[in-house]
Amino acid sequence: MKTNTTYTWALCAFSALSLFSSPLFAQQSEEQQGLLQGGQIHGNVDIYAQSYNRDSLIGAPIVPEKSGINAFTNLIFTKGNFSAGVRIESYLPPVQGFDPRFGNEQIGIPFRYATYSKEGLEVTAGNFYEQFGSGMILRSYEERALGIDNAFDGVRLKYSPFQGVYLKGLIGDQRYYWDKSDGFVRAFDGELQINELVQTLESSPLRLSLGGSFVSKFQERGASDLELPENVGSYAGRMQLDYKNFGVVGEYVYKINDPSADNNYIYRPGQGLFLSATYSRKGFGLNVQGKTMDNMSFRSDRNALINDVFINYLPALTRQHTYNLAATLYPYATQPNGEIGIQADMIYKIKRGSKLGGKYGTTIQINASFINGHDTTQLSSVDELATNEYLPDDPTRQGYDVDLFSIGDEVYYRDYNIEIDRKFSKKLKVKLTYVHFQYNIDLVQGTATNKSVFAEIGIVDVLYKISKKHSIRIEAQTLFSEQDQGDWAFGLIEYGISPHWFFTVLDQYNYDNPNPDLEIHYPTAQVVYVNKANRFSLGYGRQRAGIFCVGGVCRNVPAANGLTLAITSSF
Amino acid sequence: MRVLLFSALVLLMSMASAPYSGRKIPDVQIKTLDQQPYQTADIKNEDGPIIISFWATWCSPCKRELNAIAEDYIDWQDETGVKLVAVSIDDARNVPKVKPYVNGQSWDYDVLLDPNGDFKRAMNVNNVPHTFLVDSDGNIVWQHNSYAPGDELELYDLVVKLSNGESISE
Repeated sequence: MKTNTTYTWALCAFSALSLFSSPLFAQQSEEQQGLLQGGQIHGNVDIYAQSYNRDSLIGAPIVPEKSGINAFTNLIFTKGNFSAGVRIESYLPPVQGFDPRFGNEQIGIPFRYATYSKEGLEVTAGNFYEQFGSGMILRSYEERALGIDNAFDGVRLKYSPFQGVYLKGLIGDQRYYWDKSDGFVRAFDGELQINELVQTLESSPLRLSLGGSFVSKFQERGASDLELPENVGSYAGRMQLDYKNFGVVGEYVYKINDPSADNNYIYRPGQGLFLSATYSRKGFGLNVQGKTMDNMSFRSDRNALINDVFINYLPALTRQHTYNLAATLYPYATQPNGEIGIQADMIYKIKRGSKLGGKYGTTIQINASFINGHDTTQLSSVDELATNEYLPDDPTRQGYDVDLFSIGDEVYYRDYNIEIDRKFSKKLKVKLTYVHFQYNIDLVQGTATNKSVFAEIGIVDVLYKISKKHSIRIEAQTLFSEQDQGDWAFGLIEYGISPHWFFTVLDQYNYDNPNPDLEIHYPTAQVVYVNKANRFSLGYGRQRAGIFCVGGVCRNVPAANGLTLAITSSF
Repeated sequence: MRVLLFSALVLLMSMASAPYSGRKIPDVQIKTLDQQPYQTADIKNEDGPIIISFWATWCSPCKRELNAIAEDYIDWQDETGVKLVAVSIDDARNVPKVKPYVNGQSWDYDVLLDPNGDFKRAMNVNNVPHTFLVDSDGNIVWQHNSYAPGDELELYDLVVKLSNGESISE
């Protein structure tokens, strides 16, 4: 990894700008006022701190510092068409569950940029986030709660030469914790909005857009027995067609040979196809998505692992659950090396006043996803590939053979779920959810159990408005499974006083674990205070990892036992 | 500790400099519900105030808030001329589900898509739900994070004040 020079200059420049544009400098000269008058500074703060108690029962790691803090401060200066910003991050040390490499620096500025835009042209220098199409070929983004930030550091141009034509070009490194990725990326994207481009189609009910991308990464060959390609190109084409209540979106991506740690350094090209069809009208919506991909892990460093320096984004084709047991115990993760799947999602609102719908109406949501592996023919085993030697049966080191549209026997994931939401009166609202999972735990979590986990989950969520400002919400959840950790129960009571307070107690209980010693309670209590865009939350208890929604906000939290303090503020 | 002190300092500085006054909606290119390019500077309402609400299909409190407002939205519009712009921050994983959800719930809001968080960052949003109130001159005058049942009543009181030309920034 390249050495990372300091960003002190950026901080200095920014501080200077901040000072000049602040009211403190009201006495500044006319000239300076001309330069910075009308400029504004805004930002936000996000602090997450946790203390750690020893808790061997839940496998909480022993933390010598006994605490961790992640803190982020964004400052953005804008004036007219100009905008510049920095993000200050500190980890003292990183909260457990985040990559320890974030702790390589205690405080610093990993993100700073300046942007200028005028007459269809936008230029950004420094750090930026970008997405082409559905992200299957390129997406840089920040998911702070997951410790993901693959921001580019370089230059980006966006230009719209005519109405309906949108061009983007970029070049840059990617963030790798406090460092830069070993390779760099060059990328170009063009999009045509046909209805904007062709005047006569402006008000047509048929809307069409076409797009194409080319992305190339460069990384030096380095020391290897293999002839590794230094430049790896990838291209994608996409279209979107809408007609009245119907819509279709599709994107195809192809990547030339890209030997990497993800694919055991094979020379197979990668491919992916995504299709989505939608129909919706008042009270009804249907979406069906299909996806198949092979060997589509694409990173700016061929040796990178876990979530590091991804150039593209391959989300799971499954429902993103939010209720604790459904969201955190058996969540699916995309298999970039190859999978084929389909997902259907339907929402239907039974009219209010009807016999079935009741006085206030009832909403039903049904979702199902099916994901399998491909039907592949192995040409070389992982062990053979690991030798890096010439393989007579696989002379071009393809690794395996696969038809992109084949469906293999191995089930990766199944999720069938239904949610019924009904308002019974002005005060009472009830939501019932049922979820069925079939989960390939060996594949997703790397275990060696040789069996799928089957789980049935039932959830009751009751919201009762005691008065205009006081409300109580109760969640009862249960998960039944014969495999893995057995049965779970979950209960939550949340008392809300609008607009400032939340008081929450909850417990998760693994009441029927095959190992009786692990039949553990995970109780937590939390108080949240909200004042406008400032939010303070203080919690105490045991936590399991996962998406966790309390006090009106969802975030990802790692496993721990102790005190949690979270502060967010926007200004 | 350094971090806390530093952050507290930043917070104080920001509060001291009357942040809301005269701040306009930043201009970022995002998408309409039909995936057409959209400049956020075009968020306008000549008839009254604007509510900008950041939400996601996976965020239960966001949906509770927007469904609660949806029940009274026609009255809100009649009485104050307010317009609600619901900005979905769903990424590529969930963005195909946004339009079916919006129509399925029969929302009459203007819905925008911010799949890579460009507008979210420009507006300094940490978490969803996050709600902004914009006056008819396009100035951001109030914001609120999270949702507790009943919050919509406070929001509506502020919308009424704004539409009567009263100042709500302190």
